Amino acid sequence: MARQRNPQIVTANDLFEGDVIYLTASGDWSRDHGEAAVAHDPDQAERLLGVANAQHDRVVGPYLADAKISPNGRPQPVHFREAFRTRGPSNYFHGKQAEA
Amino acid sequence: MYAYDDFDADFVRARVAEFREQVNRRIDGSLTEDEFKPLRLKNGLYLQLHAYMLRVAIPYGTLDSRQMRQLAMIAERWDKGYGHFTTRQNVQFNWPKLKDVPDILDALADVEMHAIQTSGNCIRNVTADHFAGAAADEIEDPRPTAELLRQWSTDHPEFQYLPRKFKIAITGSPNDRAVTKAHDIGLRMVRNAAGEPGYEVIVGGGLGRTPMIGKTVRDFLPKADLLPYLEAILRVYNLAGRRDNKYKARIKILVHETGTEEIRAMIEEAFAEQKALFQAPPTDLVARIEAAFAPPEFDNTQSLAFDRAQADDPVFRSFVETNVTEHRNPAYGIVSVSLKPVGGTPGDATADQMRVLADLAERYGHDELRVSHEQNIILPHVRKADIPAVHAELKKVGLATANIGLISDIIACPGMDYCALATARSIPIAQEIATHFDALKLERDIGPMKIKISGCINACGHHHVGHIGILGLDKAGVENYQITLGGDGTESATIGERTGPGFAAEDLIPAIEAIVETYLDLRHTADETFLDAYRRLGARPFKDAIYHEHRDNARAA
Ligand code: SF4
Repeated sequence: MARQRNPQIVTANDLFEGDVIYLTASGDWSRDHGEAAVAHDPDQAERLLGVANAQHDRVVGPYLADAKISPNGRPQPVHFREAFRTRGPSNYFHGKQAEA
Repeated sequence: MYAYDDFDADFVRARVAEFREQVNRRIDGSLTEDEFKPLRLKNGLYLQLHAYMLRVAIPYGTLDSRQMRQLAMIAERWDKGYGHFTTRQNVQFNWPKLKDVPDILDALADVEMHAIQTSGNCIRNVTADHFAGAAADEIEDPRPTAELLRQWSTDHPEFQYLPRKFKIAITGSPNDRAVTKAHDIGLRMVRNAAGEPGYEVIVGGGLGRTPMIGKTVRDFLPKADLLPYLEAILRVYNLAGRRDNKYKARIKILVHETGTEEIRAMIEEAFAEQKALFQAPPTDLVARIEAAFAPPEFDNTQSLAFDRAQADDPVFRSFVETNVTEHRNPAYGIVSVSLKPVGGTPGDATADQMRVLADLAERYGHDELRVSHEQNIILPHVRKADIPAVHAELKKVGLATANIGLISDIIACPGMDYCALATARSIPIAQEIATHFDALKLERDIGPMKIKISGCINACGHHHVGHIGILGLDKAGVENYQITLGGDGTESATIGERTGPGFAAEDLIPAIEAIVETYLDLRHTADETFLDAYRRLGARPFKDAIYHEHRDNARAA
């Protein structure tokens, strides 16, 4: 089995609203990065991506993103781009940060 | 102002109705995203980092108060209460919902606006000098030409699937405020020895990953030959432009790889064919367009109010110094309204601000507004006597920042705060620079200074032609900023030179400050601008300053 450097999650944009969403373990979607299902190996990651791709009537552009696991067991973004996607733009307080 | 004829109006409405159907089919699942994406892009609808983004064309940057109010209404009703004015004289809404977009497009059609050809490999929104029809240095108003080009290029069947997007800019003044040399085609209105108006035609400029200054292929093109000549250029490009590699598909690469002489010969050959076939636009159409851009009836009443206000109020005086430009009519001024409040987001205006701008245009400005490629709004015709009142109204809504052309009048693309393509953020950098130099109170001492910031190599923030250009990159998962110096987007256009390794975000502001200090130390006189000093001194002292002090912090690029 190929090794994977980081755990991964599946993220996409919501078809109707356009906002950032994450695939959960139940195959549903959450706006909270911490609720994303985590794949620890490439096969698992591919399986999750397959689940996401099958939902093209709900989501746009699913892809795998690296994550790290925080002490409380929830995934956190690794790359700054994914960190920004969890929050919304930094120039206004009106993205996800305002809804949280 | 040009008003749509029935053909324009029916065409736009039909496109909205068609797109409404397409959106419905995407929502009910009968279209996949792969099928839908090209359709939404054809209607200016992108999917960005956090939301959809609708890009609306403002042809040659000209708006009236009714249109500005409609943009305010859209911002409030279907967005988060603001719009973003871009370097291509478009306005972008950052938060529309998919199902609302057809309604937004209908609302735009109500005021003769649309989002057609704001995306895709077609001829994009034609841009023009934002002082068109008003500037004292103007040879001729470029907007009738721009409107003719809008009509010619909209839905042009041959040019919908070019190798890449295609951008045309036009200026009617020798002082180029439209960055014509960094466009696929740049047109500069000139007069020949007999005094007849025509165009200098520049081809193959562009920024992005391979920045290039356009090459002049015709010193003088008679006005009547414009459309067949442009058809010839586009035809040559459509046939010979590279389609094998997206990054080499722009006409600048074709011009570069083929050579200016040979491209010129190819264009002239195609032009000879086109001219034989091509009917000149009907004279009644040209006359109708020209009549639509006839200058307003100026009120030449002289008044001392303007001079008195300057004498009495230093705040107003400094506003006039930076934000008011000489008008062709001495009783008038051109007022540039800065969308760059210190610490704000360059190019953003709230719905309330848009409405105030609309009111001011209606009351004091012959109902005209312009969007500049530098992301500001222009009131092109304001009687000098009314400028104090305009200034007072602008102050009330935070639009009176007196910084046009100064260090805080920064172009910044949306960067990674919004844009899906970005490699780093731009807006916070602009905010920090403006705030930092405001605190130092150096802005006026520094004088003319153009800082331009892009969040990726695509260079929407025009960083290559910034006196100081900043390019945001991703270096191993960290935002990193590369500096270029000596860029210029005017008639003396130059691509800026890279200083060397980029800087981490926290080291960037000290580096900019070191550049500015070096300039202040080494300039001959207070009148020598940064760009002039840079051209005289070369890059060396600036590089020494930033890498001497910050050598340890600079990361390898
Ligand atoms: S320069 Fe890059 S980041 Fe900025 S708007 Fe253009 S594509 Fe987006």
